[in-house]
This record gives sequence, structure tokens and C-alpha cells, in this order.
Amino acid sequence: MAVIKTEGISYVYGEGTPFRKVAVDNVDLSIDEGEFIGVIGHTGSGKSTLIQHFNGLLKPTSGSVYIDGERLWDDKNRLRAVRFKVGLVFQYPEYQLFEEDCYKDIAFGPKNMGLSEEEIDRRVRETAKLVGIKEETLHKSPFELSGGQKRRVAIAGVMAMEPKVLILDEPASGLDPKGRSRILGLIREYHKEKKNTVMLVSHSMEDVAKHCSKILVMNNAKVFCFDTPANVFHRAAELESMGLAVPQITRVFNRLRAMGCDISDDVYTVGFGRELLLKKLAAIKEAGR
Amino acid sequence: MLKDITIGQYFPGSSPIHRMDSRVKLVLTIAFIVMLFMAGNVYALSVGVIFTLVSFLISDIPFKMILKSLRPILLIIILTSILNLFFIRTGDVLWEWKFIKITEDGVSTAGFMTVRIICLIVGSSLLTYTTSPIDLTDGIERLLSPLKKIRVPVHELAMMMTIALRFIPTLIEETDKIMSAQKARGADLETGGLISRARALIPILIPLFVSSFRRAEDLAMAMECRCYHGGEGRTRMKQLRVHLVDFVAIFIVAAFIAGVVVMNIFF
Repeated sequence: MAVIKTEGISYVYGEGTPFRKVAVDNVDLSIDEGEFIGVIGHTGSGKSTLIQHFNGLLKPTSGSVYIDGERLWDDKNRLRAVRFKVGLVFQYPEYQLFEEDCYKDIAFGPKNMGLSEEEIDRRVRETAKLVGIKEETLHKSPFELSGGQKRRVAIAGVMAMEPKVLILDEPASGLDPKGRSRILGLIREYHKEKKNTVMLVSHSMEDVAKHCSKILVMNNAKVFCFDTPANVFHRAAELESMGLAVPQITRVFNRLRAMGCDISDDVYTVGFGRELLLKKLAAIKEAGR
Repeated sequence: MLKDITIGQYFPGSSPIHRMDSRVKLVLTIAFIVMLFMAGNVYALSVGVIFTLVSFLISDIPFKMILKSLRPILLIIILTSILNLFFIRTGDVLWEWKFIKITEDGVSTAGFMTVRIICLIVGSSLLTYTTSPIDLTDGIERLLSPLKKIRVPVHELAMMMTIALRFIPTLIEETDKIMSAQKARGADLETGGLISRARALIPILIPLFVSSFRRAEDLAMAMECRCYHGGEGRTRMKQLRVHLVDFVAIFIVAAFIAGVVVMNIFF
């Protein structure tokens, strides 16, 4: 069953003013359980607005959102329960830290869920371990940590609610390459371990291509396509005309094909590309002999 | 939600009033208020009313906005007219019931006061409708600059105003974001008693303070990097200059004030 389903949702900012802007335009989506979905689109394409509909932070101007088959906004009192089911990590989540130590900050979400002390303790320790926050760091003030650590604590704060769906809005932005790969690695780890649905909003095609089972491309407030990475990156020319780039490795292979090399056109990770190239080179060597 | 709050009430446009120098506008607004209070009879006041109407027509501000500016003072208007209506006991009695007595003087004073207050608010809100907050601060700074002689830090005050105005939208956006983030973690901001609601604000206020301090530090650094050293010897990108419109406006206001004086004398 689809864990998230939308039926023709639209969202308009500033209705009735000169600043009226359609941020999400008639979007139909169905997201299955256990998938790892990448959401890409250039700035202002409506991806951030779209994901805020999934946990009832924004009310669609028209259309409806179903989480686990339950229609949102029918009963406003159920919205909080939905927010525990669909965890949303905003961009720069470290700006939301406020408690005196990391432990309490991670515990904020679970506490709001009304869990028992032992359960909260278990979840905090478990997620802290998952995101690589050491025991002694847990009792430090979040404001003493480095940028990458803060980010991981903040993400842990949402993970600790153990949501069925975890949505992250550009979790790696503003970090150095090491911090980036660490954050993305732990998200993949989380997905593997919990088998939950994960949605990753990103600007980086490489990241999305490497981790995701399906990709949702947003363009001008609409869904441009929602498909497997292979099928999405197949439309390289269209993506480029939208101001989105395909992964660099895909471009290399497209270029090779254009130069007359007989090689597959659905390469979008470096590892796979390397394998193909090695095979190809071996075949050429073989033929030359 | 939070974004709907308008800061100041500047309504962009290109009418002659929009184009006027903010200093001239400030001074003329004060002159206009004086003019309204000088008006001693209905005829003199009607000169003021005509002036208000004409300025509004010139300014191109939609009628809806006038009503919006009047809404907050509706209570004051009603209260003054009621007080005047019931407590002025001179003149011919129009209507009497037990101890309540409404007289002709009461009615006319109530009407007079109401019209005066409405004109006052409409006329002075025209200033904020047609001048952006930044221009306004600039104008105030220039008008107050003689006070520098007695060591009033006019430039610093104006700079503080400007920075505050500049950061209000940023802060609103920030608050909105933090609220969403905490709501996503199940923070409950809408229900509960006064104390639990106040406590629910902590997760919002602390990040907001932290980011405000960080932002202030960044801004101070950026200003220093560009060698900001206060108002002394500082030139301006936007020079305030008095143009033809301003002279025309000064002349018109002077004419209307003269009109009020004349009406006061002859009737």
C-alpha cells in the first residue's frame, strides 16, 4: 500500500495579493513503503513546499494528502499524530537545537509523543549511536559542537521519533565533503536498518543517483517525472534544459556514445561506470590480440 | 500565517506624493495636523476635509487601505462621539429620556470631533503609505541632524532603526521556519493553558535568539569589513533632494492653511 498518496494537491502562496505564486501545481503522487526516494529540482521548483504537505505543516489549497490511507486535515487533532509518523528534517536543522544538552534535544520529539522514560532513553541512545554521536557528547550543550555534529544531533532528534517515513530537506548542504558523505552514509544506513521509507531532497545528482531507488523531479511547481534513476537520467537533455544536470559520470558516458563508442547509456554511478569501462577495455584488448 | 503581517504599511506607487522628499512629507504632515487643530468651525474643518480627500485621490492608494488604517482607532472614534453626545448639555435639547439628554451642541461637537479624528488618521497614514520605512528613517535622520550639536547620536539611532526594519522580515521568516521545525517534532503550540503555552515558546525563542546574535555578529563584522565608522563624513548613495513636486506641495499646504485661517476669521 502506498504510505504517502496525494491527489491533485496545489499550494498557492499569497492568494489574492500581487505576490501570488503557485508553489505546487496539481501534484499526484503515490509513494510505496520502504522506498528510498530522491527529490530533485532547481531552487523554487516547489520541492520544499511539497514535502511540508506530507506531515500536515501546510494545508493544500486544493486536493488531498493521504498518509497510510488516512486523509489529512479531516480531523485537525490528528495532525500531531501524523507528524510522528512522517518525520521531517528541515534544511539546516541545527538551527532548531535549543535544549541544554544533546540528550534532551534528541528526546524532545519522543517526549512529545508521550512515551515512557525507558522508551525515550532507549531511542535517544539508539539514534545517537546510529548517527555517530558518542555517549559523552550526549551530555554536552549542542552549541559546543561542530557544525557536522550539530547537524547529526538535529537529524537524530527526528529519527528518534521512529517515523514510518523520514523526509530530509537537503541534509548535507553547507557541509564539507567529508561531512556530506558521512550524513548521506548514515541516512542510507538508517534506511537499510529500519526498512523505512526515506525521502531525500537534494541538489546533488550524484548523491541522489548513488542512494535512491526512485527519483522525483520537480519543475515549475509540477512533477516532471517520478521514476527509477535509470529512466530519469535517460532524459538527460530534458533535465539539462530545466537547469538540472545529470551525474557527471552519466555525462561522460553520453559523451563517449556521441563519439561513437558502443556503450550502455544508463550509467549513473561511478562504480558501475568503472566496471563497464574495464569490461570494455578488456574486450578491446582481447580483440586486438 | 506570520508572513501576512505587514511591516509599516508602505504601498508602492509612483504618484506625486510618492515622489516627494521624505523630509518635506514629514514636515507637511505635521503642518497638516496643526491645520486640523486650528480649524475652529465647520467651514474651516471642511477645508481640512477637502485637503485630506484631494491628497488621497492624488496618492493612488486604494480605498480599502483607508478603511484598514481606520479600523484600529474605531473604538476611539466611537468613544469620543458617545462622550460628546451625552455629556455636552448646552444648546437646544433634541431628545430626552430620564437622565439622558441629547442636545444640538452635543451632536454637532460629536460630528466635528469624529470628522477631525478621521481626517487626522487618514492624512497622517498617507505618510506611511507613500514612504518606505527606509526613506522615512532617512528623512527623520536629516530632520533631526541639528540635534547632533547637542550630542544626540542621531545617525546611530537612525542606523539602528534601519537595521531593525531591515531584519524584521528576516526574523519573521526565521521564526516561521523554527516553528515548522519544532512542530514537525511534535511541539504543541496551539493547545493548553497559559503556562504550558508560554513553555511551548521556549523551543522557538532560544533558537531565534541564538540565530539573532549570530546574525548581529555577522552584520557587525561585515560592516566593519567595509570600514563603517559611524555617520561622520559619510556620503549617501541616495541623496535627498527637494524637487518641484515638493515646492508645489508646500505651496498647496500653505494655501490650505491660509484657507483654514480665513474660514476661522470670517465665520
